[in-house]
Amino acid sequence: MNQAVPKARQARQTSRAVARRGLVSPIRWLLCIVSLVCGLTPARTRAQDSAAAGVRIGLTYDRTGKPGVAITPVTGSNADSVRAILVRDFDFSDRISVIALERGDAPSGALNYPVFAKLGAVAVVQAVVTPAGALHVAVHEVAQKQVILVLNMALPAPAYSPEWRAVVHAASDSIEWAVLGQRGTAGTRIAYVRGNQIWTVDADGGSARPVPGTAGALSPAWHPTGMKLAFNVLPDDGRSRIVVRDLMGGGVSRTIRVSDLNMSPTFSPDGSQVVFAAGSDGTDLYTASTAGTEPPTRLTSRRGSTNTSPTFSPDGRRIAFTSGLIGHAEVYIMDADGSSADILTSTGFGDQLYRSNPDWSPDGKRVAFQSKINGVFQVMTISIRDKSTQQLTSDGENEDPSWAPDGRHIVFVSTRTGSRELWVLDTESSRARQLTHGGRVQNPAWSPLLSMSNQP
Amino acid sequence: MITPRRLVTLVALMAFAACAKKQPPAAAPAPAPAPRVNQDSIDAANRARAAATAAAAEAERQRVAAAVAAETQRLAAAVAAARAKLAAAVYFDYDMDEIRADQLATLDAKVAIINANADVRIRIAGHTDDRGSDEYNLALGQRRSASIRRYLAARGVAESRFEVVSFGEQRPAQQGEDEEVRAKNRRAEFEVTAGGQNLKAP
Repeated sequence: MNQAVPKARQARQTSRAVARRGLVSPIRWLLCIVSLVCGLTPARTRAQDSAAAGVRIGLTYDRTGKPGVAITPVTGSNADSVRAILVRDFDFSDRISVIALERGDAPSGALNYPVFAKLGAVAVVQAVVTPAGALHVAVHEVAQKQVILVLNMALPAPAYSPEWRAVVHAASDSIEWAVLGQRGTAGTRIAYVRGNQIWTVDADGGSARPVPGTAGALSPAWHPTGMKLAFNVLPDDGRSRIVVRDLMGGGVSRTIRVSDLNMSPTFSPDGSQVVFAAGSDGTDLYTASTAGTEPPTRLTSRRGSTNTSPTFSPDGRRIAFTSGLIGHAEVYIMDADGSSADILTSTGFGDQLYRSNPDWSPDGKRVAFQSKINGVFQVMTISIRDKSTQQLTSDGENEDPSWAPDGRHIVFVSTRTGSRELWVLDTESSRARQLTHGGRVQNPAWSPLLSMSNQP
Repeated sequence: MITPRRLVTLVALMAFAACAKKQPPAAAPAPAPAPRVNQDSIDAANRARAAATAAAAEAERQRVAAAVAAETQRLAAAVAAARAKLAAAVYFDYDMDEIRADQLATLDAKVAIINANADVRIRIAGHTDDRGSDEYNLALGQRRSASIRRYLAARGVAESRFEVVSFGEQRPAQQGEDEEVRAKNRRAEFEVTAGGQNLKAP
């Protein structure tokens, strides 16, 4: 299990090194510029020849590598920053190999597609910031030698503001959708707790900022629309409550307090219900309507034991949660009405008695959780179908996983740098990157796809 | 607790002290005009007698004042001790909500104090160390405070006297990651939320 990680990392590094070598080789670079300028037409590449039918817009997808996307130099005000954000968004998607052309003028007119094909690019991105402050993007598909996407997006002032960055991230996701037919997560955000209030940070680590009106908050959970957060408030007097807050300025839409302890809310996939844990001596799971006023309904009945941290299956029919029913924490699954509860993490853990914080993957096939291994917690996933497990982390202590809506990235809390920071892991390549700086973070929750990041 | 007998003693002492304080310093009534012959010696005798009475009264006043001060001090100390016993934290083993045998005396000491103060209400706050899930620890802290309420109820204190809350691992008593620090953080804290102004020692 652990051996797979370095191997994958090695493979990734090799492929990146090849791509980089291809780019920085001066002779290759010169050839490339000359080709662009003179319109030389090299022979068709293997990549084009092997373009498979059935793949969206005829793109080649090398299963051992990633499709290349070339980004020509961006012109206009703050062009370097726009380009840097686009490059980073594609890089962090882990689905695109970025071919960033560093110097020279942006080619105008018809692109020399065969040259880009030779560079390994399946698509070319041309971007311009107009004097009026709009971001113009043209995406060319190399194999078909045509423009497949044109974007014209207003960049709100001031530059580098969260709103400005959100537009560039939305462009990244639109481009990724056009090129790969897959929705990117550049425009998503991660909510987390720092200093007893909720913060959000863009998926690339930018625009970290506190959410107003969340003093004393823990355990944020996103509404499927991305427009509300549910969280638990733990004030100085300890009288905890569940709060549903509108992020668009609508204030608090529901406050729930059914017992002495009220905690760990999550929304149902249709957004109509909020499920949470509450109790005075042990906790049970309850469900309440997101906007209504009727009293919550109890789902579990195991008074005296802990039942907490609920997470819905994407179809909304089942709930995974942490329970201390057998004397220590394990992950269970039950039907959404509270019936048919059964242990999920039942085998293969030896005497390390502690598994908790489940988060159901967007494709419904796996549940991420934290498991005690050699005295510290590590992030693992378990298959719903056959209960096979996969250990994703081993560096430092790693806790509280939350899936990205792309179903391949996971955000979690890690102590690998010595302080508690958020890290993002690509579960397919095992590539990890640090998301926050400043320490003492907890309870990350990855947002759903936000409206600006959907396809144009 | 202040027994009735002790209370009577105290009240008597205080009353006496008050009287002693108010008594004017031995001003004997001036005698009526008398034969002048022995007047000086009579005056001298009167003065001596008055001085003696005044000294005795002063001594008594001081004795009573000292006794009152001592009793007040003893009571204040007893109240302070009761307050400390009421607030004394109770510690737990890792991932456990059962009350440790070595913590029972700490809890038993609270019972008499709570019983002696009918107006007192207490918030029991459960805490955990930093290991484990934040959310599971919040629930564990709640089980700890509930476990203590259960024990005190079994010793005859009404459950309605307590509020039970949890802070999980959010408010450590001490910062650090060694076992000594963690043992100090796995605790229940007690806060008097009502009836604490005129606390009586049992």
